[in-house]
Amino acid sequence: MTLRRLADPEFFEAFDTVEGDGGEPVLQPDYGIRDPLDGLVLDDAPAAPRTSHHRLLKYLRREVLPTTFCVGCGGGTVLNAFAHAVDEMRIDPKTIVCVTGIGCSSWIPSPYFLCDTLHTTHGRAIAFATGVKVMRPDMKVIIIAGDGDLAGIGGNHLIHAARRNLDLTVFLVNNFIYGMTGGQVSPTTPFGAKTTTTPYRNVEHPFKIADIVAAAGGSYVARWTTYHAFQLMESMQNAIDKRGFSFVEILSQCPVSFGKMTGMGDPVAQLKDLRDRSIHIDDAKDVPEDELKNRFVVGKLVEHRRAEFGDGLQELIARRREALSDELDAGLRQDTSALETGR
Amino acid sequence: MSRPAENRQFTDLYLARLAGQEHFIQGDEAAALGAIFAGCNFFGGYPITPASEVAEVMARELPSVGGYYVQFEDELASISAVIGAAWAGARSMTATSGPGFSLMQENIGYACMTETPCVIVDVQRSGPSTGQATLPAQGDVMQARWGTHGDHEIIALAPSSAQECADLMIRAFDLAEEYRTPVIFLMDGEIGHLRERVVLPSPKSLRRTERRKASPGQPVFGGEAVPPMHEFGDGENVHVTGSTHREDGLRDVQTAEVHDRLVRRLVAKIENARKKIALVDIDTDDGASVGVLAYGATARPAKGAVLRARAEGHRVGFVRPVTIWPFPIDEIQRACDGLQRLLVPEMNLGQLSREIERHVDCEVIPLPKIGGVIHTSREILAAITEADS
Repeated sequence: MTLRRLADPEFFEAFDTVEGDGGEPVLQPDYGIRDPLDGLVLDDAPAAPRTSHHRLLKYLRREVLPTTFCVGCGGGTVLNAFAHAVDEMRIDPKTIVCVTGIGCSSWIPSPYFLCDTLHTTHGRAIAFATGVKVMRPDMKVIIIAGDGDLAGIGGNHLIHAARRNLDLTVFLVNNFIYGMTGGQVSPTTPFGAKTTTTPYRNVEHPFKIADIVAAAGGSYVARWTTYHAFQLMESMQNAIDKRGFSFVEILSQCPVSFGKMTGMGDPVAQLKDLRDRSIHIDDAKDVPEDELKNRFVVGKLVEHRRAEFGDGLQELIARRREALSDELDAGLRQDTSALETGR
Repeated sequence: MSRPAENRQFTDLYLARLAGQEHFIQGDEAAALGAIFAGCNFFGGYPITPASEVAEVMARELPSVGGYYVQFEDELASISAVIGAAWAGARSMTATSGPGFSLMQENIGYACMTETPCVIVDVQRSGPSTGQATLPAQGDVMQARWGTHGDHEIIALAPSSAQECADLMIRAFDLAEEYRTPVIFLMDGEIGHLRERVVLPSPKSLRRTERRKASPGQPVFGGEAVPPMHEFGDGENVHVTGSTHREDGLRDVQTAEVHDRLVRRLVAKIENARKKIALVDIDTDDGASVGVLAYGATARPAKGAVLRARAEGHRVGFVRPVTIWPFPIDEIQRACDGLQRLLVPEMNLGQLSREIERHVDCEVIPLPKIGGVIHTSREILAAITEADS
């Protein structure tokens, strides 16, 4: 596994450049300082409101900043990685449609990412996106939503989209919980975890959702975590690039709602936990299965080529029209009055 | 950036060929062909009796005109994709029956809230639940009106013949575009499976209501009663959400005035166009004290009964609302002017009867019939005779 890009100095510079994107600086809220042990410690109010520029600010809707994400949320990391991925790939955001569902993770691109955005009903983002992509095969259609949305209420759409293999890109942000509604058990909550609706511990088994998508036929399937920001960014690029249904499960921390009952309220500790539990798929090959029980296998799980659904639709239209054109040539073109007939 | 090129001339030639033939087809098939003539280029659906033939004809015909048929895993996905496709520029539709129509309700509300033009065909069958799956009913009249949650207005059209399935479908797509709203095409299993002669219009005679596109920077969720639209790919970073939103599309769910202004406009744009949307088939009879109001399949035996009653010397008025929602109040009131009694045969336990009662002065006598069996002319004639005595 390559960690080479962690040392990329350009990345760190990008966070505090005075150069910016030429626009108005954005007012930065004062969140204070978060101490890993004592929690949020507000320091004295700053003399002047802090403002900041960021070279990726041009990819965001300024008027809705700052984000509504809780302090320590992994959503910001995903948005950051996504903006970097788009920037590095030199994709014009005007060619992107972001489709989202309901839940915290759906807010990552909507409203924050500046592109055409379809914020849909709970669980249906992939289905909406299918309509968009079929009509606009020339656009990048990217779904960012959560585990409750895509693996829970919308799970059926997810596996069918993988089966259909339309050229969609899905980033499933898995924070193991229904966060927006306050911390209820989700289809990915670990066995034995306490949540607000499993106060006596979860007795259901979680989905390994990326494995399911791989089994359902996804063309590119990977799993990373918000700890692995650079690998995630690279994986996002591969997913966007991949022709066919591509899927990245992003394990993410949720110190507020997941932390509420699990005792994992510290985002740093949760990130470290994601790091420590992660094992790269290449390394996992030699590890006996029972030792992988509490581990997260990260990396690219699957990549292969299958006929893409949109191409299939175009092909059948072409085939149908070719067959028809002979008939129409023979019959109608001689009889120009045909256009005038009918009622 | 643009969509794959459409071959308009080819499509017109193909439509001309369809228009040059006489068809002997079911209402379902006619509705599908009507949609093709209306310029429908995206269909998302899921099989269900008695609406499956709509999907079958769309699957057969759409590739011929460069359109897309996608069969989904369920009705939730179907309506979702139909709305997504509309924002990507499609004239899109789906077709289902009661159980699937129930599943679609949440996203029909989404289409109302996001002002997405689309057509939803509901070939009504006997319910509730699985009910009499293969048998007709008119039990979704109120579901069409109030099926989704929250305040909203809806447009619903009810055809009474296979020919009307085709003709009205073209109108349905135009209304969807004109008012930027989902339109419910409220068929019933009887009309859906009724095989009749159908003639399709010449492509040159078609005057479609095209989508009104917004100019750059123009807000697409306000500013006028029916705001023009941006589509995806127009470069306008359009933000579409079912949450309460401002005129620019951005979410504002906390400000009472924003919600009030949005929802009142959504209701008013259809409410204020009630007369323009109204299609009512009126056949009054001077001096009649009894009238019959029927719609959909029921209008056929009802009209037969009225004609027979007149032949027997009765004076009987007849009115058939083709537009069910928004309810054509003025036209129905005019048709009922002077009547003492209005008979309303329906294949439900009196859903539209109650709506009519709110608007007319005469006595409304419901003639409900359920069980998957259509009214006979004889039954309605007996009711007319009794009411006119």
